Amino acid sequence: MSNINDIIKPENLVYKKADALSDNIMHYCPGCSHGTVHKLIAETLDELGIQDKTIGVSPVGCGVFAYNYINCDWQQAAHGRAPALATGTKRLMPDHYVFTYQGDGDLASIGTSEIMHAVNRGENITVIFINNGIYGMTGGQMAPTTLVGMETSSSPYGRDISIHGYPIKITEILAQLPGAAYVTRQSVHNATAVRKAKKAVKKAFEVQGKAIGTSIVEIVSTCSSGWKMTPTGANEWMTENMFPNYPLGDIVDKSKPKQEDLEQFPLK
Amino acid sequence: MGELKLMKGNEVIAEAAIRCGCDGYFGYPITPQSEIMEYLALREPWKETGMVFLQAESEVAAINMIYGGASCGKRVMTTSSSPGMSLMMEGLSYIAGAELPCVIVNIVRGGPGLGTIQPSQADYNQATKGGGHGDYQSIVLAPATVQEMYDFVELSFDLAFKYRIPAIILSDGVIGQMMEKVTLGEFKPRWTAEQIEQMSGSWATTGMKGRKMNVTTSLRLQSEDLEKHNNNLQAKYRTIEKEEVRFDEYMTDDAEYILVAYGSSARICHKTVELAREKGLKVGLLRPITVWPYPTKRLQELAQKAKGMMAVEMSAGQMFIDLKLAVNGKTPVEYYGRMGGMVPSPSEVLGALEKQLIGGANNE
Repeated sequence: MSNINDIIKPENLVYKKADALSDNIMHYCPGCSHGTVHKLIAETLDELGIQDKTIGVSPVGCGVFAYNYINCDWQQAAHGRAPALATGTKRLMPDHYVFTYQGDGDLASIGTSEIMHAVNRGENITVIFINNGIYGMTGGQMAPTTLVGMETSSSPYGRDISIHGYPIKITEILAQLPGAAYVTRQSVHNATAVRKAKKAVKKAFEVQGKAIGTSIVEIVSTCSSGWKMTPTGANEWMTENMFPNYPLGDIVDKSKPKQEDLEQFPLK
Repeated sequence: MGELKLMKGNEVIAEAAIRCGCDGYFGYPITPQSEIMEYLALREPWKETGMVFLQAESEVAAINMIYGGASCGKRVMTTSSSPGMSLMMEGLSYIAGAELPCVIVNIVRGGPGLGTIQPSQADYNQATKGGGHGDYQSIVLAPATVQEMYDFVELSFDLAFKYRIPAIILSDGVIGQMMEKVTLGEFKPRWTAEQIEQMSGSWATTGMKGRKMNVTTSLRLQSEDLEKHNNNLQAKYRTIEKEEVRFDEYMTDDAEYILVAYGSSARICHKTVELAREKGLKVGLLRPITVWPYPTKRLQELAQKAKGMMAVEMSAGQMFIDLKLAVNGKTPVEYYGRMGGMVPSPSEVLGALEKQLIGGANNE
C-alpha cells in the first residue's frame, strides 16, 4: 500500500476547483443548475486568464447572488436590464470582458427590449441565459418560457395557450439578429452535457474576445423546488419535456466568419 | 479666457459635457431636449476626446447604460424630459442605492402623462424627493441661464463624484430652447484608467487586477444591513444639506416681501422685483440654485424680518411646500403659479403678489 501523501502531489493533480470560484456555500437548492453553470464560468475565466478583466452583471432572480460565488468585478442590475448595463460598461471598457447572467423571467419577459437591442447592436458581450421555464426566486410562477399545460403557482391549472399564449423561444428570435455572433443552447443535466456546456461557455467568451458580436449561451435548466420534483425527477422531466421544446445545439456560429458574412456585416 | 458664443441651452449641455471630460452619453430622443443628442451626434466627440455616444432603445435602457458606466467609475451622463424621466426612476433608485455618481439632465415639460412639450416645473417633487422607490436623494441644480446650463454640467460631475450620488440638472423647456450668450471653458482631459483606479478603485468595477473584487449593488437582503446602509445614506444627505446649499439673492437687503423662485420662474421674478421697485414696493427675490438641498436656513433668516414670502413656480405649489416647511409659520407664505406649459409674465406675478400678500398684509 502506498502512502496517501505520496499520491497527493501537484504533478498528480487531475482536477481542482477553479480559482475564480469562491469558497462561499451556495444558497441554491439541491438539483439546481445554477451551481454547475457558475463553475463553468469560473473555469472559463481561469483557463482564458481573464478573471482580472472581466465584469459580470447579475440579474434579479436566484442568480442575483452570482457575485458571491464567482470572483470578478460585478454589477447588480434591475430585473431585465443587465444587457443595458453591459452595453454601457463594454462601450466604456472595450478591453474588458463583460457578461450578463440572466434567467428566463429576466431575459425573456421583462427584459426583452434590452436583450433584443443589445444583440441587434451586436454588443460584444456574452449572455449566459438560464432557462428553467419558471420564476424560481419568487416562488415558481409562470414564465413566458413555461411549457403548455405546465402547472405553476400562477397557472395552477396548467399553462393554457388561449389565456397565456405560447412558450417563447427567445433564443431562436435573438439568433435571427445580425448582431448575434454565437448562439447555442446547452444543458448541464449529466456529465456529457456539462462538458458540452463548458465548451460553449468558453467559446462564447472567446467570441467576445474577437469582437464580432454578441455571444449567447442558453442553458436549459431545472428548478426542482419550483417544479416540485426531486432533483433526479426534475432531470428526467426536463429531458422528456423541455428538450423537445428547446432543442439543444448550436443555432448560430460566426466564430469563423464566412467571406459573405464579412461583406454584409463587416467586423468593427 | 473662454470662447464667447451665442448658443441654445440644450446645445450648451452637450458642449459642456465634451469640454469637461465626460466619458459617455446615453440617451433617448424626447422633446424639448433632443438637440442635446443631435448636437453630440453631429459633433462626433469620440473623434476628439474619446467620449462615447450612444442612442439607447428607451429611457429605461439609457439609465441602465448609465448605471453600467457609472459602476466603472466613468463620468457618464443622460438627458431627458419629463415622461422619459418617469421611465428612468427605476434605474435612478438602483444607482442611488448602489451609491454611484452620474449626471442626469431633465428639460422639464408639462404633465401629467404625455402632457405638452411646453415648459413646466412640475417635476420638482420627482427630482427633489428621490423620485423612484426607497429613501434616497439626488443633488438637484436648477439653472436660470444658458451660462448656468454650461457651468452646472461640470459642477454636477464634481458633486456627483464628491458624494457618490446622482446629480440632476433640473431645467425646463424655456432655458433648453432659449439662445443666450455663453462663455465656454477650456477642454479638460478625460480621466485615465490610472486616475480612475486611484480615485474610485475601492468601489468601481474596473476589473479586479491587483485588488479584491468590487460589486456595485443596491441589494442588502438582511434588514439589519439595509437599515445600516439607509442610515449611512441619510448621514451623507445631512452632510450635503450642510455643505452644498447654493442660492442667489436680488434686492433682499431691505425687502419686505420676498419672492422665491428657481430656474426660468426666477428670471420672470427678477423682472417682477424691478417692476415692484418702480412702484415703491420693497420686493426682493431668493433664487434657490440647489433645489435639493433647499436653502432652508437662509429662508428662515429672511422670514424673521419679511412681511411675507411668495413661491412662484410653473407647477401646482410643489416648491411652495418646501418653502412653508422652511419658514414654519414665521411669516405669511403664498403661492402663485401657472401650469400646463403656461409661463407667467412679470406683471402677472406682481399682480398676484399685491393681491395675495401685500394687500392682505395692509388689510390686517
